[in-house]
Amino acid sequence: MSTAAFWLLAVVAVASGVMVFRFDSMARATFSLLTALLCVGGELIVLGLDYLGIVTILMMTIEMAIMAVFMVMFMMNPAGLMPMTMIHNKRGAAVICALAFALLVAGILLAPWPSRQGRPPADPTMDLGMSLMGPQMLTMMTLGMALFATIVATVVLATRRGRYDRYGDELQAAPPADPVRGGVGR
Amino acid sequence: MSLELFLIVAAALFCVGLFGALTQQSIVMLMMGLELMLGGVILAAGAAWHYIAPAAADGQVLIVVAITAMAVEMAIGFAVVTALFRSREIDMTDMAAELKE
Repeated sequence: MSTAAFWLLAVVAVASGVMVFRFDSMARATFSLLTALLCVGGELIVLGLDYLGIVTILMMTIEMAIMAVFMVMFMMNPAGLMPMTMIHNKRGAAVICALAFALLVAGILLAPWPSRQGRPPADPTMDLGMSLMGPQMLTMMTLGMALFATIVATVVLATRRGRYDRYGDELQAAPPADPVRGGVGR
Repeated sequence: MSLELFLIVAAALFCVGLFGALTQQSIVMLMMGLELMLGGVILAAGAAWHYIAPAAADGQVLIVVAITAMAVEMAIGFAVVTALFRSREIDMTDMAAELKE
């Protein structure tokens, strides 16, 4: 059963991964990428990582929905009504990727992988939580800080008006030139 | 099913994503290639946890790190596209080459 699930998910994942870059329509490409990443989440469930598999599936669904919105906002050909290609250096990239794949497969098949040590805990999710809140606390804190920095950086990058617009080139304008004055009107 | 099979699938996903990231001109499509590469990393980490050291949680922590990297890449990528589009009205990598010279 799990072997069949592995093969099905693996074939669908790689096939839809390839189709991402073959579809004309960018909306279709987004949903093809979603299929590939959902299969990765399914493979995690096959491996016994139920929680991380579900997290991957939920996160990728939301992420691709946001990506589809940005596609429609920015892309010149979101529906794929005009066949067009927007690629450069296809042959060089194909050679690089074929070489990288050959190297990886050779490494995978030739490496002396260690034998399995220990057995999976009864509840891998509990194991992960205890690890993140215990010995891996530094990892967790780093991830938290990285996510917080991302929030700040995203807002700074995406906002239209920066501090030089508000305070002038020397940052000395007072009061700041805002379209709507702040304060309580006194 | 074996470790090698899982890793080969992960390598295939990684290389397809690498191809997309190298060839696509549109920045959003380039980010889709990066997402696919990180998907391969997630799969490889899961396989390593299951087949090499299931008793330790380090493989699972690696998956959490990779998922976070995906989220950060996506958020910063879209913010950069928004900033680029706002200042230059471009959405392709080849047009954003002011620093090339």
